[in-house]
Amino acid sequence: MALQTPQKTETTAIPFYRDERVLQIAAQIISAVLIFILLYWAVVNFLRAAEARNMTLSFGFLKEAAGFPISNPPIEYDPSMSFARAFLVGLANTLIVSGAGVVTATILGTLIALARLSSNWLMSRIALAFIEFHRNIPLLVLLFIWYFVVFSFVPPIKDSLVWPGPIFINKRGIYLSWPRLTETGPVFLIALGIGIVVAIAAFSILRKKRQETGKKTYFMPVSIGLVVISFVVGWFLAGGSPFWIDTPSLKGFNFQGGMRLTPEFAGMYLSLSLYTAAFIAEVVRGGIQAVSKGQIEAARALGLNQFQVVSLVVMPQALRIIIPPMISQYLNLTKNSSLALAIGFQEVFAVGKIAINQAGRAVPVFALIMATYLSLSLLTSFILNIYNRRIQFVVR
Amino acid sequence: MNNEPIIKCRGVHKWYGDFHAIKGVDIDVYEGEVIVIFGPSGSGKSTFIRTINRLEEHQQGTIIVDGTELSHDVRNIEKIRTETGMVFQQFNLFPHLTVMQNITLAPIWVRNWPRVKAEAKAMELLEMVGIPEQAQKFPGNLSGGQQQRVAIARALAMEPKIMLFDEPTSALDPEMIKEVLDAMIDLAKSGMTMIVVTHEMGFAREVADRMYFFDEGKIIETGTPDEIYRNPQEDRTKLFLSQILQH
Ligand SMILES: Nc1ncnc2c1ncn2[C@@H]1O[C@H](COP(=O)(O)OP(=O)(O)O)[C@@H](O)[C@H]1O
Ligand SMILES: [Mg+2]
Repeated sequence: MALQTPQKTETTAIPFYRDERVLQIAAQIISAVLIFILLYWAVVNFLRAAEARNMTLSFGFLKEAAGFPISNPPIEYDPSMSFARAFLVGLANTLIVSGAGVVTATILGTLIALARLSSNWLMSRIALAFIEFHRNIPLLVLLFIWYFVVFSFVPPIKDSLVWPGPIFINKRGIYLSWPRLTETGPVFLIALGIGIVVAIAAFSILRKKRQETGKKTYFMPVSIGLVVISFVVGWFLAGGSPFWIDTPSLKGFNFQGGMRLTPEFAGMYLSLSLYTAAFIAEVVRGGIQAVSKGQIEAARALGLNQFQVVSLVVMPQALRIIIPPMISQYLNLTKNSSLALAIGFQEVFAVGKIAINQAGRAVPVFALIMATYLSLSLLTSFILNIYNRRIQFVVR
Repeated sequence: MNNEPIIKCRGVHKWYGDFHAIKGVDIDVYEGEVIVIFGPSGSGKSTFIRTINRLEEHQQGTIIVDGTELSHDVRNIEKIRTETGMVFQQFNLFPHLTVMQNITLAPIWVRNWPRVKAEAKAMELLEMVGIPEQAQKFPGNLSGGQQQRVAIARALAMEPKIMLFDEPTSALDPEMIKEVLDAMIDLAKSGMTMIVVTHEMGFAREVADRMYFFDEGKIIETGTPDEIYRNPQEDRTKLFLSQILQH
C-alpha cells in the first residue's frame, strides 16, 4: 500500500458545513437568535396581558405610606413610613438572619465534619446522626419543629428558663446578656482593628522572610502577640472595660435590657443554621477526604510536623475542593430564609407578600423581591469567587 | 563506628488488628549498602519498609535508624524522617505545588534553608534526574516517569542518609521504567544507602549488595543477587522466581 504523505490541510478544501470553526460560530448565532425570540415573545405577551388587566409596572407606590405594622423592626419603622422603608426593614431582617446563619452554619458544619472524621466512634456516630437527620427532612418541617414544637414547651415569662450567661428563655423569646460598647469603647475597637491588620501584615511578611532566609522569624507568636498587645493597649486607652454587659431583668410583666431574640427569629436562625450546617459538614468532610492518604504520607515522610502537614499540604488542597460548593450553600441559606414567611418572621419576602395584599402591585413587588435575592446572590458569589480565584491561582 | 549498621531491625512484628503482617524480621543495613526486597504481593514488603520511617508503627522488636531508636517520641520520629527519604509507588507529588515547590518545601520548612539555597539544590537534583526544564510545571502536566523522578529529587533534597523505595516502577508504563531505574542506579553508585522493594532483576543484578525474599511476613531467604538468581535454596523462592522470570 502506498503511503500517503500527509497533505497540508487546505482550509479552502473543507466544505463550510464540515468546518468546525464555522459550525461553532453558527451554533452560537442560532442559540442567541432562539433566546432572543423567546424573550421577545414572553415580554410582549406579558406587557399585553398586564395592560389588559390594568396592572402597571410603575414603582411609584414605593413612596406611598405602607400602612402595615412590622413587629420588632431592626431599623426604625412605623406604618406611616413608605413601602420602600418597609422593604428595607425586610431586607435588614433577611441580612441579619442570613448573616448570622452563614457564620453559625460554617463553624458548626466544620466542627461536625471534624467529629465525623474523628476516630472516636461515639463522636463520629453523633455527627452522622446529626447530618442524616437534618439532610433528610425538609427545611420547612425543621422550621416548624423549632418554632411550634420547641417554643410551645418553653415556659411563660414569669417562670423563664435561666441558663448561664444569664440567658432567659420563655414564650416571648430568648433574652441574652449582651455586651454593649461604652462611650470610649470605639477607641478600643479601633486599636484592636489596627492591631489585627498589623498582625496579618507581620504574619505574611515574616513568614515570607522565613522562607527566603531560613531563619526563624517567629511569625506565629509575633502576630498573636501583636493582637494581644493591641487588645491590652486599646483597653487602657479606653480607660477600663470598653464593654458593659447589658443584662436582661424582669421588670413587671416583661424583660428589660439585654438582647431579645424573638421566637420567630430564633426559630428561623436555628433551623437555617442547623440545616445548612449538615450540608456544610458533608462539603468539608468531602474536601478533607479528597486529599489522599498518600499525600499525607509523603508529607510525613519528608519530616514535616503534624501542623505543617495540615497547613502546607492538606488544607490548601481541601480548600480548593470545599470553596465552590460552600458558595452554593451560602446562597441556598440566603434564599431559604424566605421560608420565614411561614412563621411570620418578617424578612424581605414576607414584607413583599403583605405589600402585594396592601398595594395590589404583584408584578413590581415580585420584580423587586427577585432583584433583591439576585443581587444578594451575585454579591455573595462575587466576593467568595475572588477568594476562590485567589487560592485556585496560587495553587494551579 | 563503621561497624555499626545504619539500620538495625531486631525481631520486628506488626499486626493490623488481628492480622499478623510482619512476623519477626531481623535486618542490618550498613552505610552505602543497597538492599533489594522482593516477594509475592501481600507478603508484607511495603509494611516492613514503612515501619522504618514510622509510616506504620511496629508493635514488637526494635528498629534503630542512624543511632536513633524508633519509639513513641515524636522528636525521634521526625528526626528519623528527615534522615530518610521515601519514594512511593504512586509518586504522591503535591498537586497544588510546582515541581520546584514540591522539592523545596521540606528543605525550607524542615531544614530551615534559605529559599535560594533550596532552589539551587533542587535545580542540581533536577539536572541529575534529567528534567531541569520541568521545574516550573505542575505535577499533573508531567508523565509518570517524570513524576517519579521528581519524587526522587524531592526526597533527595533533604539530603537524607537513607533512601527507601516502595515499588517505584510498578505504576509506570514499560517505556518509562528505564529512565527511573537509571536515576536509581546513578544514586546507588554514588554511595547512597538504599532499601528498594522491586522485582526489577536488572536493577538488582547491577547494584544490589543483598536481596531478601519475603513471604507471609517473614524473610524466607537472603543472599547476593548471584546466589538468589543462580542458586536459590528455598522451594518458595524458586517457585516465585520461576513465576516472575517467565515473561
Ligand atoms: N492498613 C492496613 N490494614 C489492614 N491490613 C493491611 C493494611 N495494609 C496492609 N495490610 C495487609 O498486610 C499484608 C501485607 O501488605 P503489604 O505490606 O502491602 O504487602 P506487599 O507490599 O508485600 O504487597 C497484606 O495482607 C495486606 O492486606
Ligand atoms: Mg506493596
